[in-house]
Amino acid sequence: MSEQPFVKLEGIAKRYPAPGGGVNTVFENLWLACAQGEFVCVIGHSGCGKTTILNVLAGLERPSEGYAFVQGREIAGPSLDRAVIFQSHALLPWLTVVENIAFAVRSKWPDWDNARVREHCRKHIALVNLTGAERKRPAELSGGMKQRVGIARALAIEPKMLLMDEPFSALDALTRGVLQEEVLKICAETRQTVFMITHDVDEAILLADRIVLMTNGPGARVAEVMLNTLPRDRNRHDIHRHPHYYPIRNHLLDFLIDRSKSFERELEGRAYDPQNPPLVMPGIGEAPTAQRRAAAAPSLARNGT
Amino acid sequence: MLSAKPWGPALLSLLILAVFLGAWHAATLPEKGAQVVDDEYAKLVGKSAATGQKSAMPGPADVAKKIWSHVNDPFYVRGTNDKGIGIQLAYSIGRVLVGFALAALVAIPLGFLIGMSPTVYRALDPFIQVLKPVSPLAWMPLALFTIKDSGLSAIFVIFICSVWPMLVNTAFGVMSVRKEWLNVARTLEVRPLRKAFRVVLPAAAPTIMTGMRISVGIAWLVIVAAEMLVGGTGIGYFVWNEWNNLSISNILSAILAIGLVGMLLDALLARLARAVTFPE
Repeated sequence: MSEQPFVKLEGIAKRYPAPGGGVNTVFENLWLACAQGEFVCVIGHSGCGKTTILNVLAGLERPSEGYAFVQGREIAGPSLDRAVIFQSHALLPWLTVVENIAFAVRSKWPDWDNARVREHCRKHIALVNLTGAERKRPAELSGGMKQRVGIARALAIEPKMLLMDEPFSALDALTRGVLQEEVLKICAETRQTVFMITHDVDEAILLADRIVLMTNGPGARVAEVMLNTLPRDRNRHDIHRHPHYYPIRNHLLDFLIDRSKSFERELEGRAYDPQNPPLVMPGIGEAPTAQRRAAAAPSLARNGT
Repeated sequence: MLSAKPWGPALLSLLILAVFLGAWHAATLPEKGAQVVDDEYAKLVGKSAATGQKSAMPGPADVAKKIWSHVNDPFYVRGTNDKGIGIQLAYSIGRVLVGFALAALVAIPLGFLIGMSPTVYRALDPFIQVLKPVSPLAWMPLALFTIKDSGLSAIFVIFICSVWPMLVNTAFGVMSVRKEWLNVARTLEVRPLRKAFRVVLPAAAPTIMTGMRISVGIAWLVIVAAEMLVGGTGIGYFVWNEWNNLSISNILSAILAIGLVGMLLDALLARLARAVTFPE
């Protein structure tokens, strides 16, 4: 990344006091950067601290150690510049769709008059294809529609960065696909900087420019950073026909199924720099991962895994 | 199955009522022709005593007649100790509403503060725990001594008994506002006052309303006892006065009226609670 990173995490850690008196380390010495206009996906199993990383970026949580910067300034708390799309959509159930979005719009621009707020809401409701449902309350909407409202609410404040915490994990596969495509389209149009957390391999391949692979917690770390070598104008219909698709997908699945558990053993006798985790580009005639796997295999076999 | 028919439960209710009234009627029938004293004495002591009836317990027909007379003329005033049941109820309702409103004015903001701040919660918790179980009537002598006005003392007793359920429920409602809603407010940089009114208050409103409903129920229970003590006016005083008059018919009419008013108060707050409840 030649650009000056938009956000930067420098050696952050999250620790909790353990019930027995010790300390539980979810992750430590974690370094991560995200450039302007980049779509970064963090993928890993539950418990590796993905959500904590997102909360640190959102300013909702402070890391136990280390620093988080946005545009060179340390994150002091939540900001309207960084909108969060919550996994549980987090709509206020006593407000209608348009009121939920207007609540966010008025937070950002308190001096706007009603007509301007209404027009701004209308535009963003149309953007997520919810025109006609403005007066409905969240309880009357399907899961997919609720998350559309969540997306509209986040986009309506025109943030510099979108933070998405497994936004589609509660949806059925069909709805998820449609929404992913819409998010892809919106982000491509606006060149939005996005940081997303997921455990869905296909979602990461479809949406992300870079995929950060995290090992299992406790003591999770960034195992690798994968460059998505598929062209940016991806879509669900022919993405799987691209020659790089399966190398990427296989690499991710291999990681999630096996290597995320055994990565510590894989590291034995090999230099690992948490500031610069290995960058992999599956499909671009590279062999380092295969070699590494071969190197790791004996140790795996030895341990009977 | 009774529940399959919409009129089933109503029919059963009527049946229960009929059985109850029937049993009551049968139990209070005067025993005819069983005059146990001579005519002179019977004339002297009155019919019921002369026929050996055990008590002055009226039958359902007597009570119905009494109720009808109250319904026809609820607001008469014939001297300090003879006022219509409607006037007495109005006094009681007035006291309950004033005491309850004052309690709400104190309990809801204070409960909000307790719910928002763990420090305030821990600081006030011992006081609340000790004062909450005190019977409101135990405050009565203290109120009479300090306020020196029986009417205001009754209102104070209503205040003190209404305050706790509202305080505890408001604090609980505010404390249990979902973290994700608060996080939405935080990421939108919503200012504290706007957060309190636009996020916390609507989220806690159903729980607060539950507290208010409990409070008004307790206040209505307590007002009868309080008015028996302070006297002068009110439905509680009416009951006590009719006990001194040995008018069981009037007492039974008052019991029915107290029940009906209590039901109405509860229904009113239930309706308000429905208005602030949101489906999820």
